[in-house]
Amino acid sequence: MTTQSPEKFDFGKVDKIMEECGADKSHLIAILQNVQKEFTYLPIDVMTYIGTKIEGLSPATVYGVATFYAQFSLEPKGKYQIKCCDGTACHVRGSMPVMNAIKAKLKFAEGKMRTEDGMFSLETVSCLGACGLAPVMVINEKVYPQMTSDAVKIVLDEIIAQEGGK
Amino acid sequence: MNIDIKKEQDKAQELIKAQGFRVLVCSGTGCMANGSAEIIKKFAELGANVSTLSDYDKLTVVPTGCHGFCEQGVLVVLPDQHTTYVKVKLADVEEIFNSHIVGGKPVERLLYTDPKTNEHVQKNDDINFYAKQTRTALANCGKINAESLDEAISVGAYEALYNILNENNPDAVIQEVLDSGLKGRGGAGFPTGLKWKFTAANKGGKSYVVCNGDEGDPGAFMDRSVMEGDPHKLLEGMAIAAFSIGADEGYIYVRAEYPLAIKRLRKAIAAAEERHYLGKNIMGTDFSFTLHIKEGAGAFVCGEESALIASIEGERGMPRPKPPFPANKGLFGRPTLINNVETLANIPVIMRKGAKWFASMGTESAKGTKTFALTGEVNNTGLIEVPMGTTLREIIFDIGGGIRGGKKFKAVQIGGPSGGCLTEEHLDLPMDYESLAKAGAMVGSGGLVVMAEDTCMVEVARFFMNFTKNESCGKCVPCREGTKNMLKILEKIVKGKGELKDLEVLEDLANTVKDGSLCGLGKTAPNPVLSTLKYFKDEYIAHIVDKKCPAGVCTALKTIKIKEDLCKGCTKCARTCPVGAIEGEVKKVHTINQAKCIKCEACLKGCPFHAIVQE
Ligand SMILES: Cc1cc2nc3c(=O)[nH]c(=O)nc-3n(C[C@H](O)[C@H](O)[C@H](O)COP(=O)(O)O)c2cc1C
Ligand code: SF4
Ligand code: SF4
Ligand code: SF4
Ligand code: FES
Ligand code: FES
Repeated sequence: MTTQSPEKFDFGKVDKIMEECGADKSHLIAILQNVQKEFTYLPIDVMTYIGTKIEGLSPATVYGVATFYAQFSLEPKGKYQIKCCDGTACHVRGSMPVMNAIKAKLKFAEGKMRTEDGMFSLETVSCLGACGLAPVMVINEKVYPQMTSDAVKIVLDEIIAQEGGK
Repeated sequence: MNIDIKKEQDKAQELIKAQGFRVLVCSGTGCMANGSAEIIKKFAELGANVSTLSDYDKLTVVPTGCHGFCEQGVLVVLPDQHTTYVKVKLADVEEIFNSHIVGGKPVERLLYTDPKTNEHVQKNDDINFYAKQTRTALANCGKINAESLDEAISVGAYEALYNILNENNPDAVIQEVLDSGLKGRGGAGFPTGLKWKFTAANKGGKSYVVCNGDEGDPGAFMDRSVMEGDPHKLLEGMAIAAFSIGADEGYIYVRAEYPLAIKRLRKAIAAAEERHYLGKNIMGTDFSFTLHIKEGAGAFVCGEESALIASIEGERGMPRPKPPFPANKGLFGRPTLINNVETLANIPVIMRKGAKWFASMGTESAKGTKTFALTGEVNNTGLIEVPMGTTLREIIFDIGGGIRGGKKFKAVQIGGPSGGCLTEEHLDLPMDYESLAKAGAMVGSGGLVVMAEDTCMVEVARFFMNFTKNESCGKCVPCREGTKNMLKILEKIVKGKGELKDLEVLEDLANTVKDGSLCGLGKTAPNPVLSTLKYFKDEYIAHIVDKKCPAGVCTALKTIKIKEDLCKGCTKCARTCPVGAIEGEVKKVHTINQAKCIKCEACLKGCPFHAIVQE
């Protein structure tokens, strides 16, 4: 579980999301998806807020749903969200070396999947549906086909350079 | 009815004629990743100068869905010139335009090269990858603008729905689906017509049609291609299903990893509603059908129908015990018909061409065609559709063009994490539900991963077990604990720490998980282990007894060594090693400290004198 963060959240934005999706129990997943789009993750305070606002829900139910689905993150993600595919097609064509190259390059702290400066976060996914181009990586919405450990370094270097090189 | 579909088709075909010179550019997920957006832009820019087009007064660039041949992307097709270009880059566009579109001379170097004959192939149907395919569900994918309702109508969209509403006999539709012999393409292979009949029996109150677009099998992307490339076919199939079972509302559940499919479906629904092919009073009749899209949130088990229903209801996607079956009590407690994307995409074609036509393809027990996602160590990877009963040999060696790099074929994994692997001896088996089940595999969703001699089967089994262990929802103990323990044993074996008695434990566990699990995930999770144990027991034994990985894959069982006679002491490797495992002085033989070495092979690739080897 993440610690309560000292940040204050804009609950107005959460209200707006609930209104747009429909403030109903059956729309909980869509609400959480939009909240995560807004904040890059699901802050505990926001989940509690949703759990008390919507009829038939409790903070515990919201938390239960959020932890069930792999898409939801209870920790903030990076400005650049890297998704490295380790689906079958990518695995047999060498997704592990790609993954290792990303980890070697970005030097995450022990047990963390986000860089300390908040620039990058990394997650594995099982198939992005571009298996013909395996191994595949996605950064934010952009799909990078036929990755190798060398190509990954070039891609990351470019982003780092764009961001003022650190 | 207030629409005459024939007139609509004529209008749509006129619109296509008015497009002039058509340039089809693939805009599926794969080709988009390879830059099709820029290519489209460039063609449009060049085509704007109409004075250069002698026989046409206009050039239109048509963004299509996936052609299935993503690895050769970006694909550019000139349909009237019967030409398919592969691996097109932005820099090639000008040459295609000047040489072929303006000058009438094809650009040889951008044609597909047959790996067997080394010759260029111009026509789509002559390319080995397409020659043996029969496309039904995928018929229009890659041939039409995936975001245009008119283009869909020009190739027959909503004609079947029109005829069905005209005849107004839902039972006749169900009979036709029954006669076609169509079975569910989502994995279980349940006869579709029968499912419709059961659901229709509960007509009267509120019912739903749900389309399963979760496509969780990693390595499979046929449903994605249909949703992205020909969305109206799916929508029409759902509307026909809804009419037959008496539903007026439906959901398409799409996995979140498919943003493009979601976007195109949304667009297609809006366009169809605007012109009354969906929504209230379809084509001016009493029949209404409203469709919603639900985005999944990344849980494989949500592909299981009862879990999927729970997920649409906003809950954790955990399977529910059956009965009750969805046909009786499904979404929000109402009768619900759940079908897979490909199943539904077959419906409009069956209704248009007839059950007899569909049933004429395939085998005695499996009718029609099936899509497969062909991936792994084959020359042509991609999405294919073949008649049921086609052999693995035809798929891998004719359509797939054989194994890459001249390697030897070893096995093929069918049906993803629930499936099994088959070997050389099964290559001539006709692919249908029964023969595959007999051999210990399954058609499943249609994922086909080809493996060559350098794939380690124990590692493959570990990979799938890791997947199912992560995806087990935890509701039943045998599945939750069994997959965890099986994974532990497999990890032990690939690390060279296995014992022979582990193999017995593994088999015992496999049977316990199989028998004691609630849903298909647990029931099928042991399949990859069981089938590799059956066909590749020697590889398990090599890992356990000889502490060797015959395929040279398992890191823990490898040793990286420097050959004393070849090392010139150039120090390069010592500088390359990320963990400082290499010692030695300039111009003296270097050595690897095996306790430190992580077997990354960085030194091996870099040695200018090829002195470093893997044993
Ligand atoms: C663990 C598990 C995952 C499944 N995943 C999918 C899936 O991704 N897509 C799908 O269509 N069916 C999937 N199924 C099968 C569905 O439960 C169901 O049988 C199917 O959607 C019915 O449609 P059909 O009769 O048209 O095949 C899965 C089943 C299990 C047990
Ligand atoms: S078999 Fe596994 S995935 Fe299925 S309900 Fe039981 S624990 Fe969940
Ligand atoms: S790179 Fe090759 S030649 Fe140079 S020190 Fe290392 S093993 Fe010897
Ligand atoms: S394989 Fe990697 S870790 Fe081992 S010695 Fe070579 S460079 Fe170092
Ligand atoms: S397995 Fe990686 S994209 Fe499908
Ligand atoms: S995305 Fe272009 S061929 Fe598949």
